[in-house]
Parts: sequence; structure tokens; C-alpha cells
Amino acid sequence: MAHGPAKGFSRWLFTTNHKDIGTMYLWFSFAMFLMGGVFALVIRAELFEPGLQIVQPEFFNQMTTMHGLVMVFGAVMPAFVGLANWLIPMMIGAPDMALPRMNNWSFWILPFAFAMLSSTLLMDGGAPNFGWTFYAPLSTTYAPPSVTFFIFAVHIMGASSIMGAINIIATILNMRAPGMTLMKMPLFVWTWLITAYLLIAVMPVLAGVVTMMLMDIHFGTSFFDAAGGGDPVLFQHVFWFFGHPEVYIMILPAFGVVSQIIPTFARKPLFGYASMVYATSSIAFLSFIVWAHHMFTVGMPVAGELFFMYATMLIAVPTGVKVFNWVTTMFKGSMTFETPMLFSIAFVILFTIGGFSGLMLAIAPADFQYHDTYFVVAHFHYVLVPGAIFSIIAAVYYWLPKWCGNMYDETMGKTHFWLAFIGLNLTFFPMHFVGLAGMPRRIPDYALQFADFNMIASVGAFMFGAAQIMFLYNVIATIRGKHKATAEVWDNPEGLEWTVASPAPYHTFSTPPEVK
Amino acid sequence: MLIRTRQLLACLLVLVTGLSASAFTLADEIERWGLNMTQGVTSTSRDIYGLHMDIFWWCVGIGVVVFGVMFYTMIVHRKSQGAKASNFHESTTLEIIWTVVPFLILIVMAIPATNSLLKIYDTEEAEMDVLVTGYQWKWKYEYLGEEVSFFSNLSTSRDEIEGRAPKGPNYLLEVDEPLVIPIKKKVRFLITANDVIHAWWVPDLAVKKDAVPGYVNESWTYIDEPGIYRGQCAELCGKDHGFMPIVVEALPQAEYDSWLLAKREEASKLKALTEKTFSFDELYAQGEQRYNTSCAACHGSSGEGGVGPAIKGSTIATGSVFGHLGMVVNGSANNPMMAAYGPQLSEVDIASVITYQRNAFGNNMGDSVQPIDVLKFKQAQ
Repeated sequence: MAHGPAKGFSRWLFTTNHKDIGTMYLWFSFAMFLMGGVFALVIRAELFEPGLQIVQPEFFNQMTTMHGLVMVFGAVMPAFVGLANWLIPMMIGAPDMALPRMNNWSFWILPFAFAMLSSTLLMDGGAPNFGWTFYAPLSTTYAPPSVTFFIFAVHIMGASSIMGAINIIATILNMRAPGMTLMKMPLFVWTWLITAYLLIAVMPVLAGVVTMMLMDIHFGTSFFDAAGGGDPVLFQHVFWFFGHPEVYIMILPAFGVVSQIIPTFARKPLFGYASMVYATSSIAFLSFIVWAHHMFTVGMPVAGELFFMYATMLIAVPTGVKVFNWVTTMFKGSMTFETPMLFSIAFVILFTIGGFSGLMLAIAPADFQYHDTYFVVAHFHYVLVPGAIFSIIAAVYYWLPKWCGNMYDETMGKTHFWLAFIGLNLTFFPMHFVGLAGMPRRIPDYALQFADFNMIASVGAFMFGAAQIMFLYNVIATIRGKHKATAEVWDNPEGLEWTVASPAPYHTFSTPPEVK
Repeated sequence: MLIRTRQLLACLLVLVTGLSASAFTLADEIERWGLNMTQGVTSTSRDIYGLHMDIFWWCVGIGVVVFGVMFYTMIVHRKSQGAKASNFHESTTLEIIWTVVPFLILIVMAIPATNSLLKIYDTEEAEMDVLVTGYQWKWKYEYLGEEVSFFSNLSTSRDEIEGRAPKGPNYLLEVDEPLVIPIKKKVRFLITANDVIHAWWVPDLAVKKDAVPGYVNESWTYIDEPGIYRGQCAELCGKDHGFMPIVVEALPQAEYDSWLLAKREEASKLKALTEKTFSFDELYAQGEQRYNTSCAACHGSSGEGGVGPAIKGSTIATGSVFGHLGMVVNGSANNPMMAAYGPQLSEVDIASVITYQRNAFGNNMGDSVQPIDVLKFKQAQ
């Protein structure tokens, strides 16, 4: 007898079902997306015009810090883990994740980590205010008392990510259906396998660096305190050794998502599957040897500067390969433009623009002018918003009918897309200009020549934010909806997940399918 | 179908040639709107601008090709246009081409970038040295071997920032005392910090270097034309990170020399002032000014507190003069945010600011401190 889900709250609290846990991860991530979004809107409201109007500089710094932390660790990463939970077992023909109880645990510690992190906003001295990169000694000797809570929250998030990553690796390596060889796996599974290894490699480094901070703050060590013989630059090396792979942790699964979606709506198989796998692996490898390109102005010896410049430029090669493959996948296809495809195409175009500015930033001498300006802010928002966020939204529209058995409202989906697309370009494109013109990042007030573009960016940000409410409405309406989806949902999509009914039964592939 | 394709290609061609033809007139417009990086006033800044534009045009070129193909296929290969999907999905030749071609482009870019970098890193044979120290939230400039040093604070008023007065043309980019350097001389900057990490950045000079406590970083400039060049701190350094601008005034050698002379005289005058006895009103007036530039950011412009504790009614400002002197001169033992102002302010400034704090905001202690008291206090340590 097949077990159905338990009733009430205990279903969610005690569940070991990958679909339930996936759902919880996704809702949690959306809640964090809204919270981080509100922080961003506080920033944009203050920057609407020159002068201090709405918040004071110390609170502004708390907003930039919390916005970054919440978006990176609360919105993007859990969303991808949620997608992995829902999709990887169904894509490889497994009945569930390999370690279901740990799966439950790795989700349920997250809300506590973020409750703790958010509670710092109410503490004496305020929330962390040293930027999401928390450079010492601003984050140690000069930090508000709430930094200790921040450190503990990061530890918990890290533990959650590591457990999630172990689970994903164990599932992919052990639970594939007969005949599902590694080189037959869907690209989403491949990119997540590589991402999971990145997570296991670098989350302990993050835990290490925050623990060193904890020691400096409370136990009298001087890892990062120059006055005690320590080294503030050491902090940056350790942080970015985590931080750069982290950037790819947020984008590789996105590559996987669009590699699933584009072939469906081009009605043509993915071009260059094998080269996609190799390119992803190369990017993952390179991510470990480029960290100091975040530190070109820190005063490295010229040899180090050159090494990190060359290594960083190299990343353009495998990234280019991926973009060319996606474009060639579309070429001579038979394309339609449903909402997931719109978001995926926007992903390819805007992520490429983010890649271009990344290539510019790689040129070390030019970086001396770009570093720590709004040009950098524009760059990483172009790779993260239309990169990570758009791919997550595309994934939700693409697989939602499979998850809940109903079709979403296409018109509303397309409206959401266009509002988000216009809003995000209005917000982030002008940031290139003000950055080049000399506006530093993380400032609550700015010189008059930056006023026009900042005003445009603020208008765009509110537009982008409002569009997400429409997304929320559309998702809820779909879950409650009446337009039943077929098992295939789309026009002949590839993958085992489309061979089960819509909505996907609570337990799928109890007997493994045969993959030819 | 074929005609459509041809028309489309023709349109694209016109667009591309049109864009590149007007690129040069566009350049002037872009300069006027402040959309692009400054070309600056040094050979380094011009080199960097050149690199920036080269890599930018490479990106534009690649973008035109990639997005061109993409939009072509999105327009032509639509199901609604009756397009039938092909089934090709592999080509080793193509994969090799689009691996090798970008690689070659990168090499073409890496060569000039390497050359510029080596040039920028050559800090040898400087004709003068300035030690730049970042403080929360101001810069200190020390002319090595010249016995001249001073702090450079934001001079924009709180009223402008908080919207009670109209904002001036150099809003947030003006200081009380700019860094003055001579033109046509290789000036080396030795850059460090006293508390947290800052970054000293002047776009027109293309100098941006982190100021890291415990490190002395090096950078240099050689300015051809006299002028005033403005920049800002570029590394998040706490609350007033956005309020510690940099102003560099480049002067012809002769004018620079007389400025330096005047600065030295000012310093010796200031020394002489330490011996002088000031009236209460003089101290109070001078103290109010100094309080607003050095203390108000944390303690509030009417002593009500903020990031730092309130001065109004504080146990230190209403306690013993000795304790008050200790706090201002040596900083707080418990809170690193309260820096030691002994090395940062002159004896006259410390005396007047303490006098002000003890008598303003309703503290009304009625006592005052003379510069000579401050000097004695410092010497006694």
C-alpha cells in the first residue's frame, strides 16, 4: 500500500519525502526573496535622490549587508536545493533522496538560522553592517555585538548546505535507474553534481573564516588584527577562496535549468551535451584558482596579479562555449515562447551581458578603475538576477504543472516576465554608467552627477519588486487552479519526470524505470 | 522566406555599420552625459581608459554576433512561422572553433593589459613621497621629509546632506584641506590605514589602492596639467564610508613650493599657539567648529549621541577634566570606535573641543582647558 502524506503540520515537520522537502525549500526561499527584496527597496528608496532622506548611514549599511546575505544564503541557494530535491530523484528514476532523514534536518535548521540572522535587526547596535563580504577588521574589532549571532547563523547555513550537498551526491551516484549512465544524465543533474562538490569543498572554508572571526572577537586571538601580529588581508584570501566558488554554486544549477528548458521549446535536442558537461567541470575547476581577482587593489605582488588576471580571463572560454551551445540549440529549431522559455532566453542574453562586464573586470589594470564601484554592482546583479533568479523562476513555471497538476496562467506569466525584464534592466543597466563615472558602491548618499541614473534605477527596482507579487499570485492560483495539465505538460519534453502523471504522485519510481 | 531573411540581414548590416560610423561622434556625447570612465589626466589613466575601451569593443563585437544569430533564429525559426525543427546536436569542429577563437581574443587582450600592469606597478624613482593614512572617516596626508602633515575632512555641511540647504556643485566631493602635489613630478603614495580597511581612489589619476592596517601599499602618479581632481574612499569602512572624499590639487612647481612654505609656517604658528592662553569664548567657538568635523558624526550634532554615546550629560564630559582629556587623547579602552585623537588633532583643537563639550548641550561645567594643559598631559604620559 502506498503511503500518502500525513495530515496537518506534522506532515511538514517530520517529512522525509523529497517532494515535500523540495516544496518547503522553495517556499522558504521565496519568503527570503521577498525579505531580501524589501531590504533592497529600502536601499533604492534612500538612493532615489542625493541627500539623506529615509534612513541613516548606519542603518543603510545594515540593509546592504542583510540584503546580500539573505539573497545569497536565503533565496538563491535554498531555491536550487529545493529544485534539486524535487527534480533529481524524478530525473534519474530514483524513489527519493538517498538520505531522507538528513534531508529533513538540512531543511529544518535553515529557518532557525535566518530567524537568528533577522533578529539582529532588533538588537542593540543593530544588525551586521559590514557588507555581505564582512571584511575584517570592520567585522571583528569594529563590529556591532550582533556579529556573534551572524557567525552562528552562517555556521548553521553552512551545515545545512553541506548536508544538502552530501545528499545530492549520494543520490546521484547511487540511485540512478538502470541504464542511466553518467553521460545520459539530464544536464540539471550534472550541474548539481558538480555544484555539490563545490559546496563540500568551500562551505568548510567559510565556517573556518567565521570561526577565526569568533576567536578574534571573543577569545583574544589576532588572526585578522594587525596590531596583534595578524593580517587583515588573510581574511580576504580565505573569504574569497570560499566566495568565488560560491558564485558558481549560484550559477551552475541555473545553467542546468536553462539547458533543460531551451531544448523543449526549440523542439530540438541540446546542442553539444558532452561539451556542456566538460565546460561546467572546467568552470568549477577554474573557480578555485581565481579568487584573488576580487582583491586586485589590495596590494598583491605583480606576479600574483598577473596569475589571477590570466586565470580569470580563461573562465570566459568555457562560459562562452555554454552560451554558443544554447544559441546553437535554438538555431533551426521550431520555437515557441512560453513563459519558461522567455525567462530562459532572457537568461542567455542578460547573463552574457554580465559575462562581458566580468571579462572587463578581469583586466587587472582596468579593474583599478572598476573595483568597488557600481560597475561591479551592475556586473554581479546581471549574473545573479537574470542569471540565478530568472532561471529559478523559469524552472518554477516549467515544472509547476508537474508538481501541482495544474497549468499556470500564461498571460499573467508573460506579463510577469516583461515587467521583471524591463524592471531589472532599468535597475541595473544604469549602474554600469554611474560606476564608470565614479560612484563607489555601498554609499548611502552620492555626488550630484550620479542623480539621474540613480533615480531611474530606483524606479526600476520598485517595478521589479512589484512584478514578483504577480508571480506569487500566479503560483498560488495555479496550485488551486482547475486547468489540468497533461503528464507531458509541454510538447514532447525530454526526461523521466515527464513520464509520471501530473501532479507527480507522492511516491514515484518505487520500481526503477529502464533507461535505454 | 528567403526574401525575409535577406531583408533582415540587410537591416542588421545597416545597423552595425551605422553604429560603428557614429561611434566616434557618440564618444563626445557619452563624455558629456558622464556615461563612461574618465580618460583622466595621467598616462596611467589614459592607458587604462584605452584598455577599457578595447575590451568593451571586443565585447560589443562578440555581442553583435551572438545576439545577432540569436535574434535571427528567434525571428525566423518560430513554430508559428511554420519552422520545422532540425535534429543536429553535435559538432566537434564547431566546439573547437568556439573554444579556440575566444582564447585567441583573450591573448590579444592579455598582452597590453600585462604591459600596463607592469608600468603601474613600477613605483621606483619617485621624486617625492606622501604617506596617506585612512582613518574612520577622514584621510591624513604626511609629506615625508617635509615636516608637513594634516587631516583632510569632508567639508560639505550636515544641512546640505539632510536637505536643509541647497547642495553645492561639489556636494560630498569637497574637503577642508586638499592634498596638494606638484605637476610633472613622479609622486609616490604610501598608503595605509589606522583602523579598518579604506581605499584611496581618484578616478582622474587612475589610482585606487586599499589602505590596510598593518600594510604600506605603494602607488604613484605623474600629473601633466594643474587642476583639482576629486575622488572617494572605495572600500566600505563603516558608517561614514560615503563621507570621506579625496581632493587632489595639482599645482605648478613654484606654486607648490610656496604652498609648502606656507604650510610649514602655519605649523610653527600652531606650535606657538600652544603656548598662548585663550579666552573661554575663543576656545568655545573654535571647539564648536572642530566638534562638527571630528565628533558630530558619532556623538550627534547636538551631543545627543548616535553611534557613539551622548556627550550631553555624559559622565566624562561632566566629570574630571583629567578623565575627559584621557578619553579624547588616548581613545576608549573598551570601544575601538572611539579612536585616540591625541595624534590626530592639534593641542589647540583638543583644548577647544574639550572646552566646548564641557559647556555646550547644557553641560555648563563652566571650566575650560588651555592648549598648554593638553601638551603637559601628553608629555606626562
